[in-house]
Amino acid sequence: MSSTVLSHDAAHHDAHGHHHETFLTKYIFSQDHKMIAKQFLITGIIMAVFAMILSLLFRIQLAWPDKDFPILEVFLGKWAEGGRIKPDFFLSLVTIHGTMMVFFVLTAGLSGTFSNLLIPYQIGARDMASPLMNMLSYWFFFIACVIMIASFFIESGPASPGWTIYPPLSAVPTAISGSGLGMTMWLASMTLFIISQVLGGVNYISTVLNMRTKGMDLWKMPLTIWSFFLTAIVGLLSFPVLVSAVVLLIFDRSAGTSFYLSDLVVQGQILPNEGGSPILFQHLFWFLGHPEVYIVVMPALGLTSEVISTNSRKPIFGYHAMVYSLVGITVLSFIVWGHHMFVTGMNPFLGGVFMITTLIIAVPSAVKSFNYMATLWRGNIRFTPAMMFAIGMVSFFISGGLTGLFLGNAALDINLHDTYFVVAHFHLVMGSASIFGMLCGVYHWYPKMFGRMMNEKLGYFHFWLTFIGAYLVFFPMHFMGIDGVPRRYYSFTEFAFMEKWVSVNILVTWAAIIAGVGQLAFLVNFFGSIFRGKKATQNPWNSNTLEWTTPVEHIHGNWPGEIPTVYRWPYDYSKPGHNEDFIPQTVPFSQTMSSNMPHDFEGNEEAIRIQEQWNKENNRVEG
Amino acid sequence: MNLKINNGFKSIAGLLLLISLFFAAPVMAMQNDSTVVDTSEVATTASAEATVDSAAASTDTTVATVAADATSTTTTAAAKVEEVKQIDPQVYKNFFYYLLLFLVICSIIAVIGKIHSVYVLTRKMNGKHNELGNNNLQASLFLVFLIAFLAFVYYSYDVWGSWSWRDAVTEHGKDIDRMFIITLVITTVVLVLTHIVLFVFTYIYRSKAKSKAYYYPHNDAIERLWTIVPAIVLTVLVLFGFFTWRSITNVPEDLQKSAIQIEVLGEQFAWHVRYPGVDGQIGKRNYKMTTATNPYGIDFNDKASWDDLQTQDIVIPVNKSVRFHIISKDIIHSFYIPDFRVQINAVPGMTNYFQFTPTVTTEEMRDKMNDPNYDFIMLCNKICGQGHYNMGKKVIVVTEAEYKEWLAQQGKYFTEDLQKEFASNNAVSEGLTTASVN
Repeated sequence: MSSTVLSHDAAHHDAHGHHHETFLTKYIFSQDHKMIAKQFLITGIIMAVFAMILSLLFRIQLAWPDKDFPILEVFLGKWAEGGRIKPDFFLSLVTIHGTMMVFFVLTAGLSGTFSNLLIPYQIGARDMASPLMNMLSYWFFFIACVIMIASFFIESGPASPGWTIYPPLSAVPTAISGSGLGMTMWLASMTLFIISQVLGGVNYISTVLNMRTKGMDLWKMPLTIWSFFLTAIVGLLSFPVLVSAVVLLIFDRSAGTSFYLSDLVVQGQILPNEGGSPILFQHLFWFLGHPEVYIVVMPALGLTSEVISTNSRKPIFGYHAMVYSLVGITVLSFIVWGHHMFVTGMNPFLGGVFMITTLIIAVPSAVKSFNYMATLWRGNIRFTPAMMFAIGMVSFFISGGLTGLFLGNAALDINLHDTYFVVAHFHLVMGSASIFGMLCGVYHWYPKMFGRMMNEKLGYFHFWLTFIGAYLVFFPMHFMGIDGVPRRYYSFTEFAFMEKWVSVNILVTWAAIIAGVGQLAFLVNFFGSIFRGKKATQNPWNSNTLEWTTPVEHIHGNWPGEIPTVYRWPYDYSKPGHNEDFIPQTVPFSQTMSSNMPHDFEGNEEAIRIQEQWNKENNRVEG
Repeated sequence: MNLKINNGFKSIAGLLLLISLFFAAPVMAMQNDSTVVDTSEVATTASAEATVDSAAASTDTTVATVAADATSTTTTAAAKVEEVKQIDPQVYKNFFYYLLLFLVICSIIAVIGKIHSVYVLTRKMNGKHNELGNNNLQASLFLVFLIAFLAFVYYSYDVWGSWSWRDAVTEHGKDIDRMFIITLVITTVVLVLTHIVLFVFTYIYRSKAKSKAYYYPHNDAIERLWTIVPAIVLTVLVLFGFFTWRSITNVPEDLQKSAIQIEVLGEQFAWHVRYPGVDGQIGKRNYKMTTATNPYGIDFNDKASWDDLQTQDIVIPVNKSVRFHIISKDIIHSFYIPDFRVQINAVPGMTNYFQFTPTVTTEEMRDKMNDPNYDFIMLCNKICGQGHYNMGKKVIVVTEAEYKEWLAQQGKYFTEDLQKEFASNNAVSEGLTTASVN
């Protein structure tokens, strides 16, 4: 069925292929998936830099709590009077850093970019199912970003109750200054962002299901597509729940309802709200919030699978197991949210159940890590910058994932909940791992996006600075957490037992500053190479997937003629008997008689017979 | 390609240098009249500007490096100038010096990069270039990283681990600690082994001339193995964790009643403690009865509240089961005592409980820690506003006798003023008792 749709689409395309494009329709309100991908990526990078600067600001405060930095006053004005960041503003920095990184960078910047770029390319489609929705998805995201940044320019400051915006802190403006207009803007921004995600998600799912080229059955899709597809499903099912949480919070804030509020005496003022429960918000929030971390990490896993396989010149080990573990993560991700709430007063028995589901999710994650290592085994590894980041991603995924065994365990979580241990855990497993997955994708698909190569040397420099920097920043935090240092503390000087950690904070902050400044190597490389990079060849990495069969110059509709037909899975690297170490998906088995294997034919007896006859004629013994 | 990037990079760097100097110059001129130090300052920078200017135009950046280095040394001398205005011009100046320093570092890196490309080009021309040279280098770097990483992990366990680890001083805390150590051993072994495998594989199987990868798409047996083994390990951890968790949170009813009851109320940004008094019962609280004189919102219509005690610190007897009732007056806080392995959120509108038995007195702990000022501390562990980082309360564990003695000295919430107020307002507050009660 899909093939008929596509051939119709191709004819359709030819008839309308030459409509006039202005600057506005080509670069701004573009409906082309490649341009939208670039828009997502560049916006994502800008947000990442912004959020990173915020993190450097609060790192400075944590490392030198007793020192003035008058230059901060120049930039921040009253929020850093006398060169010292105020506690209120510190919380704003933490909040907006988290929100931007999780939603704008690692959700929109990562899956927005690569789903848009790779789904049509790798499944062999001319564009997304609905290019208009795709464009709207970007513009809703863009407006969300603008509103979030704009909240830095209002009198009462940006939202500051943490990225989890737990009410009543986020609902009662008198509790903290950021819960005034800043919080309203946060909520508006997030609502728009969710619209963007839903528009995008519907599009990704329908494109993957309906628009695959001839021969591209589900089990021939690259793991990238599997991960984007499952990510979109997770997003589509969980983001609307956040909408309900956000909308009810807006009602509580603006219409005087009491969904989340009850029994409050804030700043001596008895509030009239009765009957609500703050725990309700937490359930709704984490029903999205936990799947969200898989929305963040699954695309990164998909991208690294592809990059590791390509650069090891070896098929990904256990393709089916990789897909099933992604499916397992997808399903389980919906029934583990309660592990964020072990100590909120949720029924302890329920907590025990959530603990069981949470630790089960470690199994598919472990399978994925082992399969990555098995893919490297006896490979012929090419260390492109993308490959470096992919290996770094695996390292972070393991080292951060392991600490999940502590936090997923309700009994251990009593002492670790909301401490720096949690900060260390999620910054490694979803922060660093996903950022590395994203960067690995950028380095690998840059030639496809911009038709030019990035500078390799700067790429290596960037990798080593970031890799070492990230470990130096996040690894020591585990120990602060074990000691019982709570997160979101403005300074460690108020309690005697924390003071010893100020020295470690100085190390962490210096590592963060150096790694942060090191990102300039990436920015220079990224933006410089758009104009000055070496011209890319069509298939620079000798890769099998369909996107490398398109011309280097972007054209509307991706392929100049017919969309190629797919004959094989995407991981035929170093197949014995073939003269090259890769066989693109578009090469039919009839052209690779010397390397075909019996199970390639999936039980097609005629094909097996032909192959056996050929083997006999050519004295080939299958091994 | 390298040449192009480097040239572009350098011209951008040179341009930025120039722009930053234009910004810096007026500030320096301002300083010119005020201090003597600054005159020499401007002179140096002016000359630096000239050299930088020419350096940016020519390809030789080393001159700029030297000149800018000279300027940065003068910064330290100038830094002693006292602050005059609200934002001292020196602040801007320092900022631009750091910017310059950064650009100098960038130039150095660019120069090194360029020298390397020239070297590679020469090797290529001489036919000595090893195409796999860089590949081998990166593979070796991963191996070096592995060693450094393992050393770092060892160092951090050894040093920071000993900083952070204190044995639990409660009965249930010992169970938690045992499980923590078991999990720690398992995860550390996995962490070390997987990283050794990961980076050793990347090194051994780096691309070599004429080598070809081994086509090995799957092996069901081994995949089954590494699905089942983690599953078994996790099942053990889950069962162990589940029963520990139940034993901590599921306290039998008679033990709940026989324990010492203490109520702790969190508000922005302080904790309040309420002991039940002689009747052993904590009186009712109704947030609607909160007034300036009764900030806790105690409902004095409930006679059980009349003997409730107000205390400064949380004092508990050793080896006695204590049941804490955790409530909040305004927003969510969290009642967290790291040494006790105790944490539960304080949520407005509902009461949470945590029951535990301390096993070590503060005095004993001080001896053990060899720190005469050591105190157990209860912290707020849920973001609650600007004073979040400073919202703690001392927890003192004493002997039974000391506890009784201390308790006898504590004052009541129902002070004489409140008694008078209560007597006169009795009729009014009568109507409120029907409202929701905490």
